[in-house]
Amino acid sequence: MFSPRSRLATGTVVALTATLGLSACGNKDGEGTAAESCVDTSGDSIKLGFLNSTSGAMAISEQTVRDSLSLAAEEINADGGILGKEIEFVTEDGASDPAIFAEKIDKLLTGDCVAAVFGGWTSASRKAMLPVVEANNGLLFYPVQYEGLEASENIYYTGATTNQQIIPAMDFLASEGVESLFLAGSDYVFPRTANKIIKQYAAELGIEIVGEEYVPLDDDDWTTQVAKIVEADPDFVFNTINGSSNVGFIKAYYEQGLTAETNPIISVSIAEEEAPAMGKDVTGQYAAWNYFQSVESPTNATFIAAFQDKYGAERPTSDPMEAAYTSLYLYKALVEKAESFEVDDINESADGVTFDAPEGTVTIDGDNHHIAKTALIGQINSDNQFDVVWSSESPIEPDPFLEGYDWWDPSAE
Amino acid sequence: MRTAVRTFGPLVAIAALAVLLLVVAPAVLSPFRLNNLGKYCCWAIAAVGIGLAWGRGGMLVMGQGVFFGIGGYAMAMHLKLEAAGPEGVPDFMMLYGDGTMPVWWEPFRSGAFTLFAIVALPAVAAAILGYAIFKRRVKGAYFAILTQALAVVFATLLIATIQETGGFNGLNQFTFFFGYNLYDPVNKKMVYSIAAALLIGCLVVVWQLYRSRFGELLVATRDAEERVRFLGHDPANVKLAAFVIAAVMASIGGAMFAPIAGIISPSDVDATASIFLIAGVALGGRALLLGPALGALAVGYGRSSLSESFPDQWTYFLGALFIVVILLFPAGLGSAFGRAAALVPLPRRKETTS
Amino acid sequence: MDSFTTPLLAGTATGALLLIAALGLALTFGQMGVINMAHGEFLMAGAYTAFLTQQVVTNADVSILVALPAAFVVAGLLGLLLEVTVIAWMYRRPLDTLLVTVGVGLFLQQLAKDVFGAQGDPVRTPSWLEGNLPVFGYHWPYRQMFTIVLAVVALAALAALLKYSSFGRQIRATVQNRDLAETVGVRTRAVDRITFFVGSGLAGIGGVAVSLISGTNPRLGTAYIISAFLVVVAGGLGQLKGTVIAAFAVGIATSFFADWTSASMAQVATFALVVVFLQLRPQGLFTVRSRGLA
Repeated sequence: MFSPRSRLATGTVVALTATLGLSACGNKDGEGTAAESCVDTSGDSIKLGFLNSTSGAMAISEQTVRDSLSLAAEEINADGGILGKEIEFVTEDGASDPAIFAEKIDKLLTGDCVAAVFGGWTSASRKAMLPVVEANNGLLFYPVQYEGLEASENIYYTGATTNQQIIPAMDFLASEGVESLFLAGSDYVFPRTANKIIKQYAAELGIEIVGEEYVPLDDDDWTTQVAKIVEADPDFVFNTINGSSNVGFIKAYYEQGLTAETNPIISVSIAEEEAPAMGKDVTGQYAAWNYFQSVESPTNATFIAAFQDKYGAERPTSDPMEAAYTSLYLYKALVEKAESFEVDDINESADGVTFDAPEGTVTIDGDNHHIAKTALIGQINSDNQFDVVWSSESPIEPDPFLEGYDWWDPSAE
Repeated sequence: MRTAVRTFGPLVAIAALAVLLLVVAPAVLSPFRLNNLGKYCCWAIAAVGIGLAWGRGGMLVMGQGVFFGIGGYAMAMHLKLEAAGPEGVPDFMMLYGDGTMPVWWEPFRSGAFTLFAIVALPAVAAAILGYAIFKRRVKGAYFAILTQALAVVFATLLIATIQETGGFNGLNQFTFFFGYNLYDPVNKKMVYSIAAALLIGCLVVVWQLYRSRFGELLVATRDAEERVRFLGHDPANVKLAAFVIAAVMASIGGAMFAPIAGIISPSDVDATASIFLIAGVALGGRALLLGPALGALAVGYGRSSLSESFPDQWTYFLGALFIVVILLFPAGLGSAFGRAAALVPLPRRKETTS
Repeated sequence: MDSFTTPLLAGTATGALLLIAALGLALTFGQMGVINMAHGEFLMAGAYTAFLTQQVVTNADVSILVALPAAFVVAGLLGLLLEVTVIAWMYRRPLDTLLVTVGVGLFLQQLAKDVFGAQGDPVRTPSWLEGNLPVFGYHWPYRQMFTIVLAVVALAALAALLKYSSFGRQIRATVQNRDLAETVGVRTRAVDRITFFVGSGLAGIGGVAVSLISGTNPRLGTAYIISAFLVVVAGGLGQLKGTVIAAFAVGIATSFFADWTSASMAQVATFALVVVFLQLRPQGLFTVRSRGLA
């Protein structure tokens, strides 16, 4: 079989490939300049990209963000657009896969030449988009509460960072006289990081952590872990579980005789959408957010009316939806203050840009690109709405790296 | 003349693919599309290995994402350390841990060790697992299920080890690729070319394997394992070799995927990702030489373009692809169209398993 | 005592669930050599049936009793449909059936997402399953006991069917020697269809039990199916007792591992355990000589 001729032919193909491969030589000294922006601002419209997962495990949550982004775009267009230009939005599916998020944001920035991208939900999706948006000097608006410890020139974070949600929740627990706390979370980055902060702050506040349990994201059976909560009998349970796994947790919790009276739960990912999907009456349990549908303000009333008018009266509004809605309006305010769609111009004048959002007035911090938000603790009532039982009074300045908290030691366990 | 076509036809086809990927594509595609093509090439490299193990060897490997991941993470660890600089620690370890680096990360500072590991780690892992499975004559559906369970377990393990592997977020934010700045378009093109050249290289390797005595034995083992045993060969060794080669190819694909996609995370290596790798092989024709590679390129392209035009329907397409192709064209579309073009080393038997 | 009773009792309940899911798989695999990767989506169909039943029979106490037979029929019919439209065309290509059913599973998941929405739907627990029984410090939920009862009843019914009914004799004949069974007049194709109906129907019942743990969501089946497959692999083919022992062993082992380490590591350890076990018994616990499988 191995005739000299065939060897010669193989050799030729290999040599050919090698030559062709090497002909595309690299550039070792290059600094790697950011690609030229291809955003076209000459026409009557401005292109924006909406990048959310409409398939895969995260579609549950991200579809709601997509909905409120579309609503905000419609409203802004009806009101004359941004700097007189109509918003034209390009939608893409992130498919709940970080690598797809990286691919699609690249496509939006370099192929569709959008002026800004709105979306992402999991930290994984944001981390995946970060280098791409930085390399292209683009803009990303990220609308979800997250674990902090990040600030990029090219990202605006319109959800809460930890000092606007986790830490206020701990302040609330301390004010309630809580002495023991059990941590229950999904086994991934946000709960692990949040719990690291919680443990350090609890030590400072004199709250004892009596247990810590994690279950994989797609695992719904919490029975054995809840048994440990029963055994530890904590004053409160701090719940950082994500998505559908919450249902299994809540069911197991009630099944084993725990109640909101004996061992209440405070959650950071159960909102108006999730509460009725638990299949249990969760009245009396708590959640920490920066927005509830029950927030009483004219802006919020308008937002809820517009949302339910477009998507149906049975659809509740929730924190991430509000943060997404706000992000588009903040973008409009940023552009109009800078009088430019250029990223550098926008960043230049970003500090202090405000918007009268449904949650209250929010203000951009020009240094870390997060926004000042008021922290709220809500208690679930029998209509699956939240009654606000505690608030931080005034908006909390964002501090993603917790530099203003001397008990925080990032290198400690 | 016929023998010449039979012998060199495939080689000409490989050469044509080489010209297409290495000359035509860089000239006509935008940097974004070229980078995407690079990703498809990485999947195609893994697919070539699946073609060997499944198409020729009859072993339905449903967990190739694991080996793709071993290569991908090995490379990503090196790139992460390169970005951190000498003595530096990857950023996520300071964010999510106490900033100390696990000892087993240390050797990956060396580029040479990383390249060695990309080949050696999957080979050793596949050899151990394969030895345990094949020597005990576990085969068929049992084998397929075990490999799929392996992929599930591997992804769970990665997600749970946040401080060591970045967990669900995976590893990303690479700045250099062996000294070349990854933000420079010229260098991105170079990384693409390396992936494409490796794909061509893998095709040449399997072409030689299929022509060799080993290739004959492998097909014989697939079709009549007992007879091979009676003839004095140990089928376990033959299968083991094919499984190891397939694992190494998947690992090489993964290693190039990390710098091209700019990220490697559990979603790229889990059971779903493994199924996705198989889809291309089934589409292109599992037992053909070029079928798996072309199928993987097509499925990769389909995923990007279909999800752009029909964002919500991609899963339907993928599901339908499995149903229609396996039901109606078990030997793949390549087999239906390709024979006339002499892309096939003229198979002598019906190309189905069992 | 808790660190022993809790994993033991909770693990037994998990094992019961795995048993219901694995019985159907083992049945069809043993008889036809078909691995149905869409079996998890039949569990999902059962869970959605429980949800839909509650929309019609709003009394949660009663609806679960209606949901059980309804889910059996719904999932069974889905299985029958799959058998007739797809699997019947692929006899003697077991690996190919495996892949085709992967496609069917993907398709059904997306379909559920489009029909019911990606957000899961709640399934209320009947009041007679609320509460628990304290056993050595473990507040054993009635729901878990119910799952075990369900598994035992399903197992007993299936065993009786196989052992005493003429249909059961036909199934056993087909499993042992298909050609010979045909020669003596067993209509093996019809037997296959009914086996598929029963096997898939069992998954539907399992789905109702799962819906009591986690409500419904399109990805519900994927969480259980891999463990169920490991049970089939470890249990061996053609005999129910292998599946039974393997299901409870896997369920209880996973619970203990989870108690000692974490839920994530428990998955890893259980997989390792099955691989090591296969070194000792490559064909699983028990196996019946049948025509060659793939």
